[in-house]
Amino acid sequence: MSQKVSMYRVMAVLLLVSVCALTACASKPSKPAGSGEAGMASAGTEGSGAANPNASGGGDDEIAGPQAGLLAKRVVYFDFDSSEIKGEGTDVVAAHAKYLAGSAGARVRLEGHTDERGSREYNIGLGERRAQAVRRALLLQGAADAQISTVSYGEERPAVAGHDETAWAKNRRVEIVYLATAPAPKPKP
Amino acid sequence: MKHMKARDFLRQRCVLSWTAALIGCLAAAIPAARAELQIEITSGVRDPVPIAIVPFASSGAAASDFDAAGIVQHDLEGSGRFRALPRERMPATPSRAEQVASPSWKAVGSDYVVVGRTQALDNGSLAVDFELVNTLTGARLATQRFTGAPGAMRNAAHRVSDAIYQKILGVRGAFATRIAYVAVDGEPPAQRYQLIVADADGANQHMILESRFPLMSPAWSPDGQWLAYVSFETKHSAVYVQLVRSGERRQVSARAGINGAPAWSPDGHKLALTLGASVGNPDIYVLDLTTQDLTRITDDPAIDTEPEWTPDGKSLFFTSDRAGSPQIYQIGASAGARPKRITFGGNYNARPRVSPDGSQLAMVTLDNGEYRIAIQDLGSGTVRMLSHGHLDESPSFAPNGATLIYSERESGRGSLATVSTDGLTGLRLKASQGEVREPAWGPFSP
Repeated sequence: MSQKVSMYRVMAVLLLVSVCALTACASKPSKPAGSGEAGMASAGTEGSGAANPNASGGGDDEIAGPQAGLLAKRVVYFDFDSSEIKGEGTDVVAAHAKYLAGSAGARVRLEGHTDERGSREYNIGLGERRAQAVRRALLLQGAADAQISTVSYGEERPAVAGHDETAWAKNRRVEIVYLATAPAPKPKP
Repeated sequence: MKHMKARDFLRQRCVLSWTAALIGCLAAAIPAARAELQIEITSGVRDPVPIAIVPFASSGAAASDFDAAGIVQHDLEGSGRFRALPRERMPATPSRAEQVASPSWKAVGSDYVVVGRTQALDNGSLAVDFELVNTLTGARLATQRFTGAPGAMRNAAHRVSDAIYQKILGVRGAFATRIAYVAVDGEPPAQRYQLIVADADGANQHMILESRFPLMSPAWSPDGQWLAYVSFETKHSAVYVQLVRSGERRQVSARAGINGAPAWSPDGHKLALTLGASVGNPDIYVLDLTTQDLTRITDDPAIDTEPEWTPDGKSLFFTSDRAGSPQIYQIGASAGARPKRITFGGNYNARPRVSPDGSQLAMVTLDNGEYRIAIQDLGSGTVRMLSHGHLDESPSFAPNGATLIYSERESGRGSLATVSTDGLTGLRLKASQGEVREPAWGPFSP
């Protein structure tokens, strides 16, 4: 691919800032940093400070998704240092598995989280373990691999503030996020 | 493999162009409000060195506004190892060593006197000269001049502090160094994340990145020019390296799964990383930043993360729960090496950081239900607890190995704290708003 083509692709992202451009880029080698999503970061130059051009949000790939019955529930909670799906979480996961199995076009992102205790990068590992536990449960109950992506935020994005067991219990979770459009091809590891 | 390298090369070029465009858009950016860091000394040695730092004489208007002696005093007292004589108790205001009447300073209890001069030079730069006098012997122990642009005068004053610290305590000071850390503002789930670079005393803060999605794990390149970090701005973890001075950056890893815990090799050519692969099993890899070659170091179904290079660049420490609970291991930095377990006390030891001389390992350890900073002597295996908080984490050594900076949760809010590796002195850097965390202490500047 020539540099010129890459540049056009970059310009397209800048101009469109759309889901379309994002998914196209994700499948291509020239995916630029912060490809126009709502949470885009801004790099500042030392001394000048930097504003956040996307502080007010913007285009996003998240959609409301199905709302009937248990499907309205999107959070699976976990015990301390555990990635075992239990209690109501089992039913919530089963409902979403059934929905995904019957809706080939639907796709979800599983976002794994931990409470604030322990070291941060290790918690990224624990959050991923929880997201993978939900992924495996969805697959076992009929969802397809291509419908599911995972991300771990570790302790970095708590659902609630607070530094006691009440807050921690709400933060040890996997969030099931429904996404628009067909899945982009996964980047190779 | 060839194809992959070409692909990565294209990606980098693209990222650079895009970043340049973004920075262009930000040319008129308004500096964001930043939380000030306030220092609070939490502990000091029983017998600090009594020293008098006389206000420096100044010549030229540009020089007179700048209180170099005040900064030196702040540095030395903040180290917990010195006690400075209050200015109102000074018997005189000499600016040269030969003007120091030792007996009168000895009479007010000062073992040492620092005098100096700040002077505007013809070429527009400023010069700071200082002299250090021992009042017991009357000897002049040090004299040195530091010059720089008017904007670099704080740094010149910190270099004076470094020189005094070294002359009296025999260890190079680390006042003229920088720290990077993550600042977080707002209530969950709507938080704002900033990556900040500041002087080691918390002054002179610059935001180098801002995002609505988490930023974590800042790591300095050995030359102090670059920061590597993790950003979730694409709703997926990715590792970036960014030039601190210009803001120019590139994405170095956005593979499927986890991309985390970047650590620069001592030669600055490689990054150790945690990569999750597609099935979510984090392992340690080494990425060659020049060739883009990726070497897998660990291969275990457990969580392997938080790599840290030994100073010789030959091996890595890392955290793994392969034995059931997180413990620290060491492994050769090449494919197929076998890990050796390093920590055995308790059931939670994580986030290793090795001292610059390679003799000690700082870590986060679970101590009676509290997460604290511990230090293990790698020769004898002896472990000492250095901090006393509830949720202390992210230890990082000063480049002189004498001090660690870490984050703590003080009354529910993240702040930064330092502790000397002998455990005797400490201070806290608290943000005036929001919280600060994940400090990374930068290298000595040349």
